[in-house]
Amino acid sequence: MTINMNRNWMYRIAAAALLAPMIAAVPSAKKLNVVATTPDLASIARAIGGDAVDVKSLAKPTEDAHFVDAKPSHIVTLNRADVLIEGGAELELGWLPPLLESARNDKLASGAPGRILASQGVRLLEIPTSFDRARGDVHALGNPHFLIDPVNVRIIAGQIAAHLSQVQPESAPLFAANLKAFTATLDAKMAEWQKTLAPYRGAKIVTYHKDFTYLAERFKLDVIETLEPKPGIAPSPAHLAQVITAMKTQNSHVILVQPFQNRKTAETVARQTGATIVDIAQQPGAFPNTDSYFQLMDHVVGALAAALAGGK
Amino acid sequence: MSKTISISAIAAIASLGLSAAPLRAQQPALDSLAAAVRALQAQVDSLSREPSSAASSAAAAPARTSGAYMNTSFVGLTDAGWSTAKDIGALQPGDHDPHVRGFSIPNGELALDGAVDPYFKGFANIVYKLDAKGETGVELEEMYFVTTSLPGNLQLKGGQFFLEFGRQNPQHPHSWAFADEPLVLSRMFGGEGLRSQGLRLSWLLPTSFYTEAMVSVMNSAGGTTSSFRSDESTLIHGGAPFDRPVDRVGDMLVVPRIATSVDLSETQSVVLGASAAFGPNNSGASARTSIFGADLYYKWKSLTAEKGFPFVSFQAEGMLRRYDAVSRISEATPSLTLPGEVLKDNGAYAQVLWGIKPMLIAGLRGEYANGDPAAFDSELRANRRRISPDLTWFPTEFSKIRLQYNFDDRRGIGTDHSLWMQFEFLLGAHAAHKF
Repeated sequence: MTINMNRNWMYRIAAAALLAPMIAAVPSAKKLNVVATTPDLASIARAIGGDAVDVKSLAKPTEDAHFVDAKPSHIVTLNRADVLIEGGAELELGWLPPLLESARNDKLASGAPGRILASQGVRLLEIPTSFDRARGDVHALGNPHFLIDPVNVRIIAGQIAAHLSQVQPESAPLFAANLKAFTATLDAKMAEWQKTLAPYRGAKIVTYHKDFTYLAERFKLDVIETLEPKPGIAPSPAHLAQVITAMKTQNSHVILVQPFQNRKTAETVARQTGATIVDIAQQPGAFPNTDSYFQLMDHVVGALAAALAGGK
Repeated sequence: MSKTISISAIAAIASLGLSAAPLRAQQPALDSLAAAVRALQAQVDSLSREPSSAASSAAAAPARTSGAYMNTSFVGLTDAGWSTAKDIGALQPGDHDPHVRGFSIPNGELALDGAVDPYFKGFANIVYKLDAKGETGVELEEMYFVTTSLPGNLQLKGGQFFLEFGRQNPQHPHSWAFADEPLVLSRMFGGEGLRSQGLRLSWLLPTSFYTEAMVSVMNSAGGTTSSFRSDESTLIHGGAPFDRPVDRVGDMLVVPRIATSVDLSETQSVVLGASAAFGPNNSGASARTSIFGADLYYKWKSLTAEKGFPFVSFQAEGMLRRYDAVSRISEATPSLTLPGEVLKDNGAYAQVLWGIKPMLIAGLRGEYANGDPAAFDSELRANRRRISPDLTWFPTEFSKIRLQYNFDDRRGIGTDHSLWMQFEFLLGAHAAHKF
């Protein structure tokens, strides 16, 4: 009898030991595999999806999202994905189409609930009136760097919640609650960021590429020049001379540079104009402690305000 | 744009005027409204005159190119250069290589692609090329469909296409790192590469890292199956071509391939592949050819790469060919019977590319192709070696300027020096590149 009891317990422990990983695996197996092309989209997806999703970003935070390699490991990631979030507006044009063709995943087909096109709900800026590459690598659909405007992030968070709920209806209440919390924080933060940047309304800044147009538009900053003479065209000495003159005559003291852009070019201009270089990023995770979108924007707004204050 | 606004403003005022017609008393109010609309119109007009300012551009959305049903692009490739060799055709066996001392236009490529419907994607490219005499040749280089939603991670491709044998064979000249094709490719596949008509089935394996297995079944005849039933095979085996009918599945060209890839770190990836090609050749009724190949690609790219630079990549491919040349009547001397023998060839190339800074790449390629001695002394099988350093500058992603030096050493001919310049332009749809 005692022996039997002992055996019984042994069986139960053994069974529990065998089953435990399976039970633990059940919820994780039901987790949605969400793939975002860029870390900013990934961070929004994490906030909305919470524990119901596993999120991966294809581009790295410090990488130029126009020039990601179509590595075979990305094919595998996309093959196993339930949801794909892309920026759109030709941001990923050079690398996402061949990856998707090789990934052969019907869930991510154009128009499927599992395919989220972030640019769809956003009012895009700088839509060209004519298609002419003599003006540089102008995106036919407009400027794709729109996530640096928190108002656009609010729109996209809603889109993500709607799509995730469609793909996994049982988690819809969770997504709705997460969206509500995210939006509330975003609105509160937005008020804070606007307050921080309010004193610098109309301040004249210079950027490397046309990548902070949306930030400038939202916070009423004035991008007077870009170091690139035309989008995607490398800075030339003649153009930089023009930028230096413009900065001096218009009293501009701030140059924004992303981690993948040529800081030396900005340093040359800064030496001749006495300007401050702001190392700034559009992607969460590019700098330490900027893993969430809020932390990233705190960093962007803080660094910008500090530089603009110094220039006054 | 301003015209449309004026018309709509007038229409709006007119409709307002009509509905308000009985209320004559409100005329002064309407007049002031019209004035306000005119003022607004002037403001909009002045805004729209500013070149693509943020405030005005959103209103003027043109036709959306990305929403079109088909991507269209055109690549124009031109070469200029000189060589100490006079027989440029033999020196540069690739079909898209420079062909003459002076100027060559080896590739003008019109590419069309798009989604056919929810189940298929389609691709076609039509190539125009000028030969050594300046005559234009046109060919349907590739035309195929790919399925998008087969179950079980399968994908079917059908039509005419470059076979997935190794790394470079399926690439178009636009993606090449040098002005000419590696010698081993033209040795095994002929100047135009290995392509034919048929079907390819691919399976993406459910492994945690990328592994893809594929097999193609193709027609084994035609000018682009040079090691198989091509009419030009005579240049390899020396016999009168034997007219073989297609009687069984074994008379098709079968090309299996397996490729796998892992990321060694956040900045480094490697791709390994093994390929083979089996099919009949036309030296005799039951003669067969087997080609085996192995390929390796490694790339490092900086975590803070600007436009994908700096990077370092290494690519190498090696191939072996066993060609059964059965006892056959010599085409040049019909009284002579060539003995049955197995023609063995091998070759390889290795190339290093260094993306020094944005849009500038330095490359170095070393290569050889050897053929074992045989009763028929084929020029196409003679041993040769080549070393090629090159420098490529992209003014933008849509244009390319390349300077390449070749040191050639051919058995029985000797050494030669060549200098080639290449210029390429791209119009239309933005190119998307595979890894």
